[in-house]
Amino acid sequence: MAATVATVRRPERTLATRIYLIEVFRGLVVTTRHLLVNLYRHARRALGLGGPAGAVTIQYPEDPARLGARARTRHRLLKRDDGSPRCTACLLCETICPARCIRITAEDSPVEVVEKRAKTFQIDLGLCVFCGYCAEACPVDAIHMDANKVELSTYTRADLIWDMAELMDDKPKRPSLPSLHP
Amino acid sequence: MTAKRVTFKLNGVTLEAPEGQLVIEAAKAAGVEIPHYCYHPALGNPGNCRLCVVEVAGAPKPMVSCRTQVREGLEVYTDSEPARRAQASSLELHLVNHPLDCPVCDQSGECGLQDYYMKFGRYDSQVREAKEHKRKRLEIGPHVMLDQERCVLCTRCTRFTEKITKTSELGIFGRGHKEFVDLAPGQRLDNAYSGNTVDLCPVGALTDKDFRFKVRVWYLDQTPSICADCSRGCNVSLHTNTKRPWHDEGRRLARVKPRHNPEVNQWWLCDEGRYGFKKFDEDRLGRVMRLIPYRRELAWETALDELASELRRELEALGPEGLAVVASGALSNEDWAAFKAFFVDALGCKRFLFAPQPDQLGIEDDLLRRKEKVPNLEGGKALGFGSAVASLSWERLEADLEAGKIWGLYLIERDAARFWGAKASALLSKPRLVVWQGPWKGRTGELAHFRLPATAHIEEDGHFTNFEGRIQAYQKALEPLGQARPDWSIFEGLRQRLGAAQKAAR
Repeated sequence: MAATVATVRRPERTLATRIYLIEVFRGLVVTTRHLLVNLYRHARRALGLGGPAGAVTIQYPEDPARLGARARTRHRLLKRDDGSPRCTACLLCETICPARCIRITAEDSPVEVVEKRAKTFQIDLGLCVFCGYCAEACPVDAIHMDANKVELSTYTRADLIWDMAELMDDKPKRPSLPSLHP
Repeated sequence: MTAKRVTFKLNGVTLEAPEGQLVIEAAKAAGVEIPHYCYHPALGNPGNCRLCVVEVAGAPKPMVSCRTQVREGLEVYTDSEPARRAQASSLELHLVNHPLDCPVCDQSGECGLQDYYMKFGRYDSQVREAKEHKRKRLEIGPHVMLDQERCVLCTRCTRFTEKITKTSELGIFGRGHKEFVDLAPGQRLDNAYSGNTVDLCPVGALTDKDFRFKVRVWYLDQTPSICADCSRGCNVSLHTNTKRPWHDEGRRLARVKPRHNPEVNQWWLCDEGRYGFKKFDEDRLGRVMRLIPYRRELAWETALDELASELRRELEALGPEGLAVVASGALSNEDWAAFKAFFVDALGCKRFLFAPQPDQLGIEDDLLRRKEKVPNLEGGKALGFGSAVASLSWERLEADLEAGKIWGLYLIERDAARFWGAKASALLSKPRLVVWQGPWKGRTGELAHFRLPATAHIEEDGHFTNFEGRIQAYQKALEPLGQARPDWSIFEGLRQRLGAAQKAAR
């Protein structure tokens, strides 16, 4: 695939920006405004007067990240009531995936009404763009993006690939170790 | 006898057609698609699917266009409101008991129900009743799987076994909504053309066992080609999977489907040609090798230089009588031309063997299959190798090899070692130079001095001449493996090297 190149022009440097002092003061004005607005909001709330909440700094990673109710996080493969995977390997998620991070191979299911099931199911989180199309496309509600895990970084790219057992929480993800041959 | 031409109106457009032609055919010729399942030009028009209904001016109710003939002044509407409504209602009836298991059905993506629903249906289902369940996942033959629930009872498959193969393995049983397609008692769908029922089936009732769950059809690319499994030269379409190599166990060629050619294979393809494609991804050669005196990989230029100089040395010392060339009818016409220019014109070689080995001869029938299981013996004959076919026989070659009369053996795509069996290594150790050239390694590939990888016909453009003398083109569907290059370019490379040396000697 050919890369497209966009040329971005830098803003011209006028005398006012080259003096620098003016820009420093403009920055300080913004900082001060935020300080005063938040001081005012926190003070109002502390006095029980209500109004909009002031900004709070979250001490991530010491404190856990607060995720929205509909945040798309790591994938999860769901199971039927009998514990078998819901996935029928229709490959719609693999087809819709714009990042091509899903790889599925199929086989015959021992259950006749199910007919088809996944033999292997891999998601390469290093490629995933977390768009959620896979969960949207699934006709049997087998894949969700609600594991609520966002700390997924690893030492090697290969460790970013999750297999079916790992996505179903049947097997813990192998911890990633620094590669000896980076 | 030519039928009288009459004028009739199709969707308000005045058209001309032979009198008595079916409206569905006349519409197709005019580029108007009428949905249909049961009608097939080769299998007749039972008119049982009721999907091709159209409005005919003056008729009190919709008419099936596969049983209405064109006559002077006929006025047909395929896209009027009543016609569209009738077609959609027919489709809805077909889907009453359909399981809608498209996610697990191999037909999805090329299914008549899906396509027609999007083109002619788009209704909101009124069916509230529970679906009738039938048997699924039945292996009815070595190549075909049956799912009775998905069937629309168009009877194309039963008519195929009845009219084309005349084996009548399939039938329709039961009545009403409990009607189903099944094998006749005690039968199996194991005729030599059983794969065609899968093509004929407009829905997912009959699917390929071989292709089952391998690749989704929308990942496949199609390339027009010619079947190389016998001298009939059936027109085929190669379905290749190159973009997602993790499917189908890494095979590049996923399946072979027939292409319609009224003069060669009509709509059909035999099972040998249809399911013989796995060889293109197995035991292939990709590297130029010299195995004797010691094993090493070579660049093409080096290999051709070395081979040309050895051929020249032996030719000058021992003459062309001791060089035997074994080729098969798998070469294209282009290859044959370069073959002749090199072996006959440049080397003066006289000992050729083209006669098919017994393992290249198979069953012949009066539908498609031919006895010679190679595509292009005829192309060689056209270049004058017709009489040469008899110049050397397999017995003679064996005797000459044993007597030490042959210093060089050039084998092209004919795995002689497999044919000779246990005595192969003794026979192939006699000549001073054994060259193996072909797409596959085979057994000979392990015993030769030089091993030259050639492309298979699916990896090059070219032409085959079939047994009737019909020249047909095939196209490149896949990239060559590794260093492999077409046979003609190998012959040409050798010829140029020998020619240059001869010129220098003069």
